[in-house]
Amino acid sequence: MMNTSSRRRIAAGALLAAATMVATTACGGGKGSGDAKGAGDLAFNGGVNKVLNASDKKGGELKFIGSQDADSWDPQRGYYGFMWDFARYYTRQLITFKAAPGTGSTELVPDLATDTGKVSPDGLTYTFTLKDGITWEDGKPITAQDIKYGIERIWAQDVISGGPIYLQQVLDPKSEYKGPYKDKAADKLGLKAIDTPDEKTIVFKLPKANGDFLQMLAMPSASPVRQDKDTGAQYALKPFSSGPYKWDSYKPKQAIKLVRNDKWDAKTDTVRKALPDKISVTFTTNADDMDNRLVEGEYDIDINATGVGPAARQKVLQQHKGNVDNPQTGFIRYAAFPQTVIPNIECRKAIIYAADTRSLQTARGGPQAGGDIASNMLPPAIKGADPKADPYGKLAGKPDLAKAKEALQKCGKPNGFKTTIAVRNNKPVEIATAESMQQALKAVNIDAQIDQYDGAQTTGIIGSPKVVKEKGYGIIIMGWGADFPSGQGFLQPLVDGRFILQSGNNNYSEINDPAINGLFDQALKETDPAKAGELYKQINTKVSDAAIYLPFTHEKNIIWRSSRLTNVYTADAYNGRYDYASLGVVK
Amino acid sequence: MLAYIIRRLIAVVLMLMVVTLVTLSIFFLIPKLTGSDPATMFVGKQADPAAIEGIRQKLGLGDPILVQFWHFVSGIFAGRDYVGGGSTIHCEAPCFGYSFKTEQDVWTMLSDRIPVTLSMVIGAAVIWLLLGVSTGVVSALKRGTLIDRTAMVTALAGVSLPIYFTAMLAMFLFRTQLGWLDAKWVPISENPGGWFMGLLLPWVTLAFLYAAMYARLTRATMLEVLGEDYIRTARAKGLTEPVVLGKHAMRSTMTPILTIFGMDFGALVGGAVLTETAFSLPGLGNAAFSAVGERDLPVILAVTLITAACVVFANLVVDLLYAVIDPRVRLA
Repeated sequence: MMNTSSRRRIAAGALLAAATMVATTACGGGKGSGDAKGAGDLAFNGGVNKVLNASDKKGGELKFIGSQDADSWDPQRGYYGFMWDFARYYTRQLITFKAAPGTGSTELVPDLATDTGKVSPDGLTYTFTLKDGITWEDGKPITAQDIKYGIERIWAQDVISGGPIYLQQVLDPKSEYKGPYKDKAADKLGLKAIDTPDEKTIVFKLPKANGDFLQMLAMPSASPVRQDKDTGAQYALKPFSSGPYKWDSYKPKQAIKLVRNDKWDAKTDTVRKALPDKISVTFTTNADDMDNRLVEGEYDIDINATGVGPAARQKVLQQHKGNVDNPQTGFIRYAAFPQTVIPNIECRKAIIYAADTRSLQTARGGPQAGGDIASNMLPPAIKGADPKADPYGKLAGKPDLAKAKEALQKCGKPNGFKTTIAVRNNKPVEIATAESMQQALKAVNIDAQIDQYDGAQTTGIIGSPKVVKEKGYGIIIMGWGADFPSGQGFLQPLVDGRFILQSGNNNYSEINDPAINGLFDQALKETDPAKAGELYKQINTKVSDAAIYLPFTHEKNIIWRSSRLTNVYTADAYNGRYDYASLGVVK
Repeated sequence: MLAYIIRRLIAVVLMLMVVTLVTLSIFFLIPKLTGSDPATMFVGKQADPAAIEGIRQKLGLGDPILVQFWHFVSGIFAGRDYVGGGSTIHCEAPCFGYSFKTEQDVWTMLSDRIPVTLSMVIGAAVIWLLLGVSTGVVSALKRGTLIDRTAMVTALAGVSLPIYFTAMLAMFLFRTQLGWLDAKWVPISENPGGWFMGLLLPWVTLAFLYAAMYARLTRATMLEVLGEDYIRTARAKGLTEPVVLGKHAMRSTMTPILTIFGMDFGALVGGAVLTETAFSLPGLGNAAFSAVGERDLPVILAVTLITAACVVFANLVVDLLYAVIDPRVRLA
């Protein structure tokens, strides 16, 4: 016989069980995609290497959502990949990437210029003529001087910091010019390497030839900025538009609204479709909630394009597979071995052989969310890449303990050694890969301790060779994507010894091989991309031989597109993101 | 009374000065101790030495800590110029610093977030006070009954469940599954109905946690007060139960509740970080969350100061209210 207290306990238990069932049922259910109006076909990977739902229909609002704001919306300061893609809504350059899917997007086409430039036989002079009818958002013409002034802003690194500085390195390697804010010339156009004989002509004079110079001119950092509209460091808050949309409002980390720039003339622009009437971006701090809202159709696309999070991943792949693409991002995720900490090549080889690439791939999220196993340090989209080159047998996906032990013998440490794995504390996936490394290395008695450093201070910690040596970081977990699709854009910051910096260093292994440096010099002079590719292939082989990197994966993401979207395709030029400038929506 | 208020205000100002100095010192010393340079956090992949030096100069990171303190405090009252790289950025008073991440003065960044946080916290506070105190009182009066036990078990669940879990569950049930409510910030000036509906879910979720704590506190205090001699005396005098409870017992019960309320309310106004982050509400807590992730030191410093100011002012108000609620308290 039950007493009152027992009955109450049972009643309370039943209530709790009922509540749990409600919650569980809720978790298993879901309203499904809220995309009431579809644009057409839906297919998994339907937007990879082809255009999905092609349309020229204008109107509607394209709704982006994201969990991270850009580092800066100033064309000369932004360095995030999604910023470069989005920036084409309000910036134009002399030349830009073709509006085409996949590798087709890496082709350069004229934008503000009439052609892709006239190059002198010695490769030192590039001359461009501007199109007629190109205007700013107030209707005034975009001039050669505006383009020069915009590029000059890169030199003012003490004000306009954070963006890529390739043009500065190529045009003025000694940094003799100090930027327009310190320019003594009345017109603030004192940079000698760029000449603007008239409003329609701009001439670049390079001290040394660089076969990738056009790639650099296609970056947002080569965008024009009008001097009277330049608000210096605060330009990012409301850039003055040269593209099809202009800034209506912006609250950092909250929202952006772009509206049509009615002064933009479509006839002058062959790459931007400018289909939506409005473009909005909402920033959220809850990434899981963001995925839910995308699936429900409240928003169209994740501006960051870093992939659907683990919480929604299965649901998306099982119930909404037609709404996702799984492109390669062009990033390689890897471990670098600083030579100052592990100087013996055989010790480094022991780490490479002992690592379990399948486990590392799983830690990164598996084949779809993590990517394909990588065996060398050039991504497939870069000329000179050979994804099958596998000097350490890593494509097999399992450790080679016999070779690891043999390498340890040669290294003089048959009983293993101790080292430290440096990993960012704000990247759970990287921490998982560090743990996978740690586990695999135990098999050959390599005792790797994991040090989770402050991810916000990457530049000053693993970017400082001094700190790396002091902390004894023998293994650094990192990732890298090309700033522009060439061997120079991807490999040079990582393996050219002349790129070793005391702060903000990316050549973590601190390799400084004259043969590699020399090959870069040869490749930079080469204007034929195929021939340059052969040289980058040689560099890549030498990098593998030096055993300074263990690549994990050629990264892939699972990215969401709403059913409302038209003209959807991923572009290699934008790290596998959708070409934002081509997207449209059904109303 | 006036002298008391003046003394307390002076103490508040001094305390805020100390908080400022301590916070600045932390930002100044920690990077030095860890061997890193805060200026490098503001530059990109291709860290240019000129850029690092420019940021260092503008932030005044090379200045002694007391100089930085003086610049910060004087900036609040007189504004401040950030000079470097051939350009000057003026930050108007009240200048709580300048964010080199967003290129905005911190006050501009935060001031439009204050209404969000205030809306959320005031609404939640009303709910949790009404719900928590009334539940606690009923529980105390119905001690040992099913009502009391159910209320206290629910309160225990409320206290035990972390806000990010209840927020997630609430969003899932009420937004995703049922489609009844969504958490969204709509300014009251634009759409009062939208403002109310957009905040209802955060209010209830936040209030659930605090109401649970207040219910337990109220119950315990009420039970203690009901056992006091003066309550027995009041009853012996023939006063009705509502008068005994409402006029005598509640006044004493409210004193500790008010103390805790002052601190809770003040701290939440400074930023309900978890609630705002879970519901993506653009309030002070949300700004603090982002700033911590990016080590945006000026924003962290400002939010810390605002939180400290809110807590000490709320406590001051509570102290003044003591005298109103409990006649035994005299301010001197």
